[in-house]
Amino acid sequence: MTQSQTDLRNGPDANGLFGAFGGRYVAETLMPLILDLAREYEAAKIDPAFNEELAYFQRDYVGRPSPLYFAERLTEFCGGAKIYLKREELNHTGAHKINNCIGQILLARRMGKKRIIAETGAGMHGVATATVAARFGLQCVIYMGTTDIERQQANVFRMKLLGAEVIPVVAGTGTLKDAMNEALRDWVTNVDSTFYLIGTVAGPHPYPAMVRDFQAVIGKETRDQLQAQEGRLPDSLVACIGGGSNAMGLFHPFLDDTSVEIIGVEAAGHGIETGKHAASLNGGVPGVLHGNRTFLLQDEDGQIIDAHSISAGLDYPGIGPEHAWLHDIGRVQYTSVTDDEALDAFHKCCRLEGIIPALESAHALAEVFKRAPTLPKDHLMVVNLSGRGDKDMQTVMHHMETAKQEKH
Amino acid sequence: MSRLQTRFAQLKEQNRAALVTFVTAGDPGYDTSLAILKGLPAAGADVIELGMPFTDPMADGPAIQLANIRALEAKQNLLKTLQMVREFRQDNNDTPLVLMGYFNPIHKYGVPQFIADAKEAGVDGLIVVDMPPEHNGELCDPAQAAGIDFIRLTTPTTDDVRLPTVLNGSSGFVYYVSVAGVTGAGAATLEHVEEAVTRLRRHTDLPISIGFGIRTPEQAAAIARLADGVVVGSALIDHIANAKNDQQAIDGVLSLCAALSEGVRNARK
Repeated sequence: MTQSQTDLRNGPDANGLFGAFGGRYVAETLMPLILDLAREYEAAKIDPAFNEELAYFQRDYVGRPSPLYFAERLTEFCGGAKIYLKREELNHTGAHKINNCIGQILLARRMGKKRIIAETGAGMHGVATATVAARFGLQCVIYMGTTDIERQQANVFRMKLLGAEVIPVVAGTGTLKDAMNEALRDWVTNVDSTFYLIGTVAGPHPYPAMVRDFQAVIGKETRDQLQAQEGRLPDSLVACIGGGSNAMGLFHPFLDDTSVEIIGVEAAGHGIETGKHAASLNGGVPGVLHGNRTFLLQDEDGQIIDAHSISAGLDYPGIGPEHAWLHDIGRVQYTSVTDDEALDAFHKCCRLEGIIPALESAHALAEVFKRAPTLPKDHLMVVNLSGRGDKDMQTVMHHMETAKQEKH
Repeated sequence: MSRLQTRFAQLKEQNRAALVTFVTAGDPGYDTSLAILKGLPAAGADVIELGMPFTDPMADGPAIQLANIRALEAKQNLLKTLQMVREFRQDNNDTPLVLMGYFNPIHKYGVPQFIADAKEAGVDGLIVVDMPPEHNGELCDPAQAAGIDFIRLTTPTTDDVRLPTVLNGSSGFVYYVSVAGVTGAGAATLEHVEEAVTRLRRHTDLPISIGFGIRTPEQAAAIARLADGVVVGSALIDHIANAKNDQQAIDGVLSLCAALSEGVRNARK
């Protein structure tokens, strides 16, 4: 197999741009902080002491490396590609989110910040943030939309147990975008004391690059693990995308390996044609929100449209700017699956592998069920199982009951 | 000279500060909002900031967030906001008018088209909250090339090292956000404002207007003794939020404007 090398892993440029996407579109109050953060991160990134400490916490606190598991029954069922699951759901707190939180909390401590704020959708990033804040003895405030609080009550309770204050956000539809607005408002008000721990590869530079770097441990491990198990690179990678941090973490170390086909899966909600979805790339156009230029769900007047997905973690009208760029240049293929397809994949994964996936990750699995049967048996496919489904019990139960009633 | 330059020069001769008023275009509806806009100069507004509604006003507090929601529910958009400016200009050619808001609606409208339409409508300046000098090439430079001023926000976090970057490319006036926070939040102390104005003066000859947290004629007068302009927004908008009908909204905003104006006019006497 020939591998041509490209240079897709060097972004962003000094202004935080991936092609035409990214940047630093924030209020002036925040600019000095963001510039300061970029400087601190650049220094930390090459500091051996910082990297040693990060590696220690990844290993002994998070539980890395996460296994790369050959999903035998899933593979048999699909009857095509050989499917591996990257088991990020086995991390402490149950998702990939903690990889980034550990990195950023070490940076916050290095910068002498005493108060941590974060936004959360499904609550996984909120729980991971509350967890690391507790571990390092820092005050923690989590912004969460009221709609999300309703559908993710277990995670709200977990955050409170961990000592975080959870502030309900009523504005808009009470989902992730509104929580992010409110977190930004908190940040401009408490600039001196506060570190904003953004949970995905979005926001103003340096967040998209920094969060990606902390999540890239997923792809680096995958590379080594597959080399050990199969002696070669994967043929394809599949991951779900809301803001896109688990996907970017898996994809980034493979961007220059042109033999690797890369597939990102957006949430199509009720279907892109219905307008009730969260597929920013497949159903949006470029714009500027939350500090970066990226694809957004918006109307003809440039007003932001609320996203819809059964999965709270994908319910965001934007997407990380690096994904926007990879979409633009065609390096990554972005598809979408509906709520129903994700639910179906959720049930199949439970029964076939004894793994209850997060509804977010079930979107990636739904794409696997479409794709794997059409591929040869020597095709190696890696799927990011980004989180576990314990948090989604209520949502799934509700949908099963509704489906039952509709039948009768 | 631009309308902004002329107005600030006139007021300097009169030895008084400018009253700069902010309302959101289309709040609570097009006609009422236009009536307020047309009434502001006679009620003593020297410079008008007109908000361009956006679904996600990240730097605004509750009062202006709600104003945005009311305006959007009444179907306000950028086309209509520019139309309001045109109608305002039919019987006012002196009062500088500055559009204020966020970048995305302008981005969607298309920057070159927006600048051309804004100029034609009679817009004098722009304040775009999420458009720092790092992105000057996208909006600030083409706007200024077309003769529209680009007004920068400076804040307590803009230190002496950063100030030249922010002021480079600023025109019209400099807006000093006196508290680190969202609009409508608590007011800064006079000591802080005085110190900030002194610091800004070292870096710029542009008029300096102070905003955030100024609600009463007394507060406005106190700031008017220190700076070239006093910006009031949320306090005016509260009169729209609390009005029982459109006429009450118009009367409420304009009578507060008149009281603020009196405070500003008498401040240095």
